[in-house]
Amino acid sequence: MTDTATRTYTRADFQSDQEVRWCPGCGDYTILASVQTFLAEAGLNPEKVVFVSGIGCSSRFPYYMSTYGFHGIHGRAPAVASGIALANPDLSVWVVTGDGDGLSIGGNHLIHAMRRNLNLKILLFNNQIYGLTKGQFSPTSEYNKRTKSSPTGALGLPFNPVSLALGAEASFVGRTIDMDRPHTVEVLRRAHQHRGTAFIEIYQNCNVFNDKAFAELTGKEERLANRINLQHGKPVVFGANEEKGVVLAGGSARLVDVAEVGIEALHVHDEHAPDPAPAFALSRLSHGPHGPTPLGIFRDVTRPAYEDDLQRQMSTAQSGRGPADLAELIRQTGTWKVG
Amino acid sequence: MPDETPPLEQESVDHVRIRFAGDSGDGMQLAGARFTDASAIFGNDLATLPSYPAEIRAPAGSIAGVSSFQVHIADSDILTPGDNPDVLVAMNPAALKANLADLAPAGTIVVNTDAFDDRNLARAGYETNPLRDGSLRGYTVIEVPMEKMTREAVKDTGVGGRGVLRSKNFFALGLMTWMFSRPVEPTLEWIRTAFAKDEAVVAANTAAFRTGYNFGETTEQFRHTYQVKPARLQPGTYTNATGNQTVAWGLVGAARAARLPLLYSSYPITPASDILQELSRLQKLGVRTFQAEDEIAAIGVALGAAFAGHLGVTGTSGPGMALKSETMSLAVMTELPLLIVDVQRAGPSTGMPTKTEQADLLMAMYGRHGEAPLPVLAVASPAEAFDTMIEAARIALKYMTPVVVLSDGYIANSAEPWRLPDLDHLPDISVPFAAPDGEAKFMPYRRDPGTLARPWALPGTPGLEHRVGGLEKEDVTGEVSHRPANHQHMVELRERKVAGIADDIPEMRVDADDGAELLIVGWGSTHPAIFAGVRQARARGAKVARAHLRYLSPFPRNLGEVLRSYPRVLVPELNRGHLLRLLRAEFLVDAVGMNKVQGMPFKTIEIEEKIMEMTRP
Repeated sequence: MTDTATRTYTRADFQSDQEVRWCPGCGDYTILASVQTFLAEAGLNPEKVVFVSGIGCSSRFPYYMSTYGFHGIHGRAPAVASGIALANPDLSVWVVTGDGDGLSIGGNHLIHAMRRNLNLKILLFNNQIYGLTKGQFSPTSEYNKRTKSSPTGALGLPFNPVSLALGAEASFVGRTIDMDRPHTVEVLRRAHQHRGTAFIEIYQNCNVFNDKAFAELTGKEERLANRINLQHGKPVVFGANEEKGVVLAGGSARLVDVAEVGIEALHVHDEHAPDPAPAFALSRLSHGPHGPTPLGIFRDVTRPAYEDDLQRQMSTAQSGRGPADLAELIRQTGTWKVG
Repeated sequence: MPDETPPLEQESVDHVRIRFAGDSGDGMQLAGARFTDASAIFGNDLATLPSYPAEIRAPAGSIAGVSSFQVHIADSDILTPGDNPDVLVAMNPAALKANLADLAPAGTIVVNTDAFDDRNLARAGYETNPLRDGSLRGYTVIEVPMEKMTREAVKDTGVGGRGVLRSKNFFALGLMTWMFSRPVEPTLEWIRTAFAKDEAVVAANTAAFRTGYNFGETTEQFRHTYQVKPARLQPGTYTNATGNQTVAWGLVGAARAARLPLLYSSYPITPASDILQELSRLQKLGVRTFQAEDEIAAIGVALGAAFAGHLGVTGTSGPGMALKSETMSLAVMTELPLLIVDVQRAGPSTGMPTKTEQADLLMAMYGRHGEAPLPVLAVASPAEAFDTMIEAARIALKYMTPVVVLSDGYIANSAEPWRLPDLDHLPDISVPFAAPDGEAKFMPYRRDPGTLARPWALPGTPGLEHRVGGLEKEDVTGEVSHRPANHQHMVELRERKVAGIADDIPEMRVDADDGAELLIVGWGSTHPAIFAGVRQARARGAKVARAHLRYLSPFPRNLGEVLRSYPRVLVPELNRGHLLRLLRAEFLVDAVGMNKVQGMPFKTIEIEEKIMEMTRP
């Protein structure tokens, strides 16, 4: 586990001396601030923290942190981060990726990281567009979206990152949004506490190439109508007066008026449910996101982290049979002497 | 003619080449390997060449499904598995058909007659039975009903059904063991250990082996046996090992010499998978392996582990090497120590995955985007791989650079005696990690003035927090920089760092006859064939010089001088002229190539004849 500090930190202790170069108004600024605030509050030592990224706007993130950092290549951050976590389980290893980096070119690494459950915290900044390459559609862009590389409409359905993570056996899956810093800090805190891979989708506004993609969750009026805050052990309700709710039936989640069905009929959210099906059903409520959309912790289950399992194997091997050193290993394959 | 058979003679020969061939399910690799080990323990020098089909189980009895194992044993140092076998063991018609062309003139064929039925003959494409139609005149054919004999031998052992005929490879092995006067005990011991979990199988294989041995002794078909005396090898302790084994052990040795934990991260690919498998069973030695989701992740994990202070290694073959290219450039940019082992196979694309080739050299040298020089070393033989891996690690750590090590399918799978190094006194190749020096800001790209290596600062060290990555970095500070002059400076610095390694590696040694005007330059697995070919040509009076490169990037300092001191330079390679191009471009010498791309190593005779042709007055 990561050591906690003996001294207290502030956000400034996690800021590097590099000039932040995202576009003015980019959602990445608020996420950066939330992450730095969280790290200071959690009391993590900067030298014990490593940020690893791929390529894309979000992947510049490590340069703006005063911790250790590795800015890798497109899509491969989970691989590099896995190597770091394997080599030194005392480190707190964070992956910063985007919808193109993590779900397109690096999709294979992402799903395998979640399946393995190494102790990685994966932050996927989802702005539903390629920003760094100036505006092509991404694997989370909505169907038929017109972009620079899809002037007649993007074909194929977008990924729903939370559904994907749940299907990939992730032991922790959360979703938050750039504008809501307290919510982001809380989800980060929970991810940090989780032993194993934690996947967090962060809705992030790209004000240059895909502005207001998440307006239904950030606008003053819309927010009240559309934001579903998942709370463990509580019925899933939303709306200005919690007059709306979610029921689960036949494996699907459905929106209802609480007055019509009664509060007892509502789905009670269980983050620790062994079966990911209810969480998956919740993740299917919204695409895009359009309409009521759940935010918070979808899933948080305990499962051995890969490093811990590996350590157990290594320890068992120490006391087990087999050659104790290289000389013995070679001798066992048969040797003979000459002269 | 007298009706008595002449008494059995024991003929002493200095070397013999035997090829076991059968269907891929016939256990020929196992028979060959056991014969080899018994010979090694007996003290012969030896070299082997396994050859197996790419399909795991091609249709039974077909030519595509033929698997073979050639072993060359001798009473003096030998270098190659031998060009043409003296003895061919053919377990079925397809094995005979696929291997007959290679058999030495007047060679001996031992056939399993039970497999020569109409169905198997048809599957092998024979219209008439070669045992009956006279086509094998000129060879000594020994017909043995191996299946019938095996069936008889194992009938009381408790093995039944399809298991019965599984033991027929042990029958063949027993027969060859008798014929070549090999010791029986090593094989019997091996059977007891390998099949310890199943008494019936131990009994069946032992019975089949003994029956084969006794068949040789009692049958009247054999006029004599052969005796190959032990070789006079350099004093020491030896083991018989394949190149994949010695590469794996070399990595364990390198990690120990470097005082670092080893992380080997790989994705299964023929012919490199054995390295992953061998290392994966060494957890007790502190070895960690990681089977990644793909080739790209495999090298990414190794690089991440290197960033965090491990000896990070990835291994692959050509197609995987291509996929790792982008991450190799990242390793060049981040200047982290990393080993990449490429066990080359015949390409392009999937090519012939189980066959050997040396056609990845130019990819290893230049197959990256941008100016991305890195050191390249080549393994010359199984016995030499251990040292090469330690040397590659030494360079990677001392110069903070990725290093490519080239092996190939021939080295990977063939075995030879390896004289063990003193494992308690491996060289110390450890390097210090960076430590805080009291300065306010850590400079991740401040270089050692001698080696030009940058410091290795491990995450977890207070005060050395820094960022590395693929973007160009400013000299000294390591901050992201797009300044034109800085990029030129950094490109040249990285190039100079790799070039400077030439001062830290041995000069090229030449094995030359006085007055030789022809220099043969080889690299990698062509070593045994070139060495043996040169020796044979010398025996015929040729004057020739021979040099073999372990370091392909950078080249040894004196290589240009060596090349220019011979009027003629020949470069034999299992490709279409990779080293040849490098030598011509780098040194402006009019070297000529000798190139073979058949998935097989050079034959000694091919090199020998080429030398004779080029040295003829």
